[in-house]
Amino acid sequence: MSKIANAFENGKAFIGFLTAGDPTVEKTVEYILAMEEAGCDLIEIGIPFSDPMAEGVVIQDANVRALKHNTTTDDVFDIVREVRAKTDIPLVFLTYINPVFFYGYERFFKRCSELGVDGIISPDLPYEEKGEIAEIARKNDVDVISLIAPTSKERIQKIAADASGFIYIVSSLGVTGMRSEIKTDLNSIIGDIRDVCDLPLAVGFGINTPEQSRDIAKIADGVIVGSAIVKIIEEHGENAAEPLKEYVSSMKKAANE
Amino acid sequence: MSNGRYGEYGGQYISETLMNELLYLEEQYYRHMNDPEFVEELNTLLKEYAGRPSLLYYAKRMTEDLGGAKIYLKREDLNHTGAHKINNVLGQVLLAKKMGKTRVIAETGAGQHGVATATAAALLDMECEVFMGEVDTKRQALNVYRMELLGAKVHSVKSGTKTLKDAVNDAFRDWIARVHDTNYVIGSTMGPHPFPMIVRDFQAVISAEAREQFLEKEGKLPNAVIACVGGGSNAMGAFYNFIDDEEVKLIGCEAGGRGIDTPYNAAALTKGKIGIFHGMKSIFNQGEYGQIAPVYSVSAGLDYPGVGPEHAYLRDTGRAEYVPVTDEEAVNAFEYLSRMEGIIPAIESAHAVAYAMELAPKMDENDMIMICLSGRGDKDVRSIAEYRGVELNE
Repeated sequence: MSKIANAFENGKAFIGFLTAGDPTVEKTVEYILAMEEAGCDLIEIGIPFSDPMAEGVVIQDANVRALKHNTTTDDVFDIVREVRAKTDIPLVFLTYINPVFFYGYERFFKRCSELGVDGIISPDLPYEEKGEIAEIARKNDVDVISLIAPTSKERIQKIAADASGFIYIVSSLGVTGMRSEIKTDLNSIIGDIRDVCDLPLAVGFGINTPEQSRDIAKIADGVIVGSAIVKIIEEHGENAAEPLKEYVSSMKKAANE
Repeated sequence: MSNGRYGEYGGQYISETLMNELLYLEEQYYRHMNDPEFVEELNTLLKEYAGRPSLLYYAKRMTEDLGGAKIYLKREDLNHTGAHKINNVLGQVLLAKKMGKTRVIAETGAGQHGVATATAAALLDMECEVFMGEVDTKRQALNVYRMELLGAKVHSVKSGTKTLKDAVNDAFRDWIARVHDTNYVIGSTMGPHPFPMIVRDFQAVISAEAREQFLEKEGKLPNAVIACVGGGSNAMGAFYNFIDDEEVKLIGCEAGGRGIDTPYNAAALTKGKIGIFHGMKSIFNQGEYGQIAPVYSVSAGLDYPGVGPEHAYLRDTGRAEYVPVTDEEAVNAFEYLSRMEGIIPAIESAHAVAYAMELAPKMDENDMIMICLSGRGDKDVRSIAEYRGVELNE
């Protein structure tokens, strides 16, 4: 059983995303700890990339800010080391596959394992290409988190049957970013997944208000929020800890109403 | 090659949201290419609308001046819209229409692919939006206006390096939100499978015609085929039907920019490393830690930090070779061909002309070179004048 399961043992899970190095490496450590304190159950740490193709403007800009002062993959591992000195909260990387490929799969996953990174989500590594890292990740006890989209249809069951950690359900078509309403028929997707797998299911893309958090938590095991958190960091820069805590706490609370 | 693999290159490294659409596109592509009616419709468009077959022109003055191999130009510049891009676009937009799509999107660097897509969309009554880096909208302002004239909406892309790769990013971002009614008409032999295959197949008409034209005119095949390579679509089209003719050397010319020893070039196969980006495993210019590197070329159409996967494979297997050509060499060739043959080539194609100028004198008089003259150079006149420090007042 991977440590990711722990994230779903404290009621409905709240999963928060931030981009490593935005605004600085030190602040990322502080913000991860602040989010945990406020009730975040799992943290997705984004490894900054020059061309984040699946991201909307908010997270694109965070990548630009992080890369402006040259946040490297090694810096991101340093963040993990600092965080791990203080907490056991489940951590997963959100990363495009090229930085991982360039670092070297063996070397990357060995470091994940040594430092305690529990999973990896790669938006440009669909089921067909999962073989790139599946074996090496498994050997190092890192879960490869599978994404399921509104367009997945008959692909759902083969993806779900092969998944580990938790399943990331993409709520809407399009890139990441805040949306005022989620139109996808999530119930039917969740039903299809439940037929073949009992992993925790978390829904992300577009979610930003407590109302959405409450509604999603009624049908899923967890709520994933990225852009709204990154937006708070963008607005408050080096002083985002308090507003982050407030926001995370309201979202976690709403998910468990 | 199965599953879109060219050796270890290619693949489908793309969002799950797009996977079913790519599988559907592949299925529809095979279905329609096996339908004689579709093939006939496409061939009619290529002939009646684009002006194919394109001429294979013997460049007599150039040949005599350089002394050596006979030089032939495959005149893709004479196609409607002025470049090879129309070959692929007519195929892809027609396919999109048959698939029931009502909207097409495209990325563009120099603007040639955008213009071609806007043209085909006008002809086939489809909505069209084109993504173009802000930097490129400035150096190719005329093409922006041409696309608008043709009824397309042009998005000036302000993210990243504001050039071709960023236009590709934004095109994918648009597509992922509108897969239901939109096809992404990708402009080169790049991206996730099936795009590199589809674009190659639609561009392969270049070498199919050239092969026949050589046999008819000269009774033999050329000794070398030279083409410029950005993503690599005109080169792939010019090479494809010669791949099995091992005596025909295949040479791709990359953008050497201000020199391959400077950071200012876009020579992926010369300077890049293997990586995974824009849906494919291939060769990319990248920095430490796998960040995609900013690239530079005087030519907006070659200003791309990677290359199509089949080119990476042809290089590794030794079937094709790839050489960098600098801005200066390309501009010289641009001027040379204009004066010598009365043909103003696209600055992209001028990279291939430049290498032919170097190679021809080293070859025998009985040898023949084919240059794929992928586009015409009207669009470049202003930027070349600027490069030479000439002020144009309009």
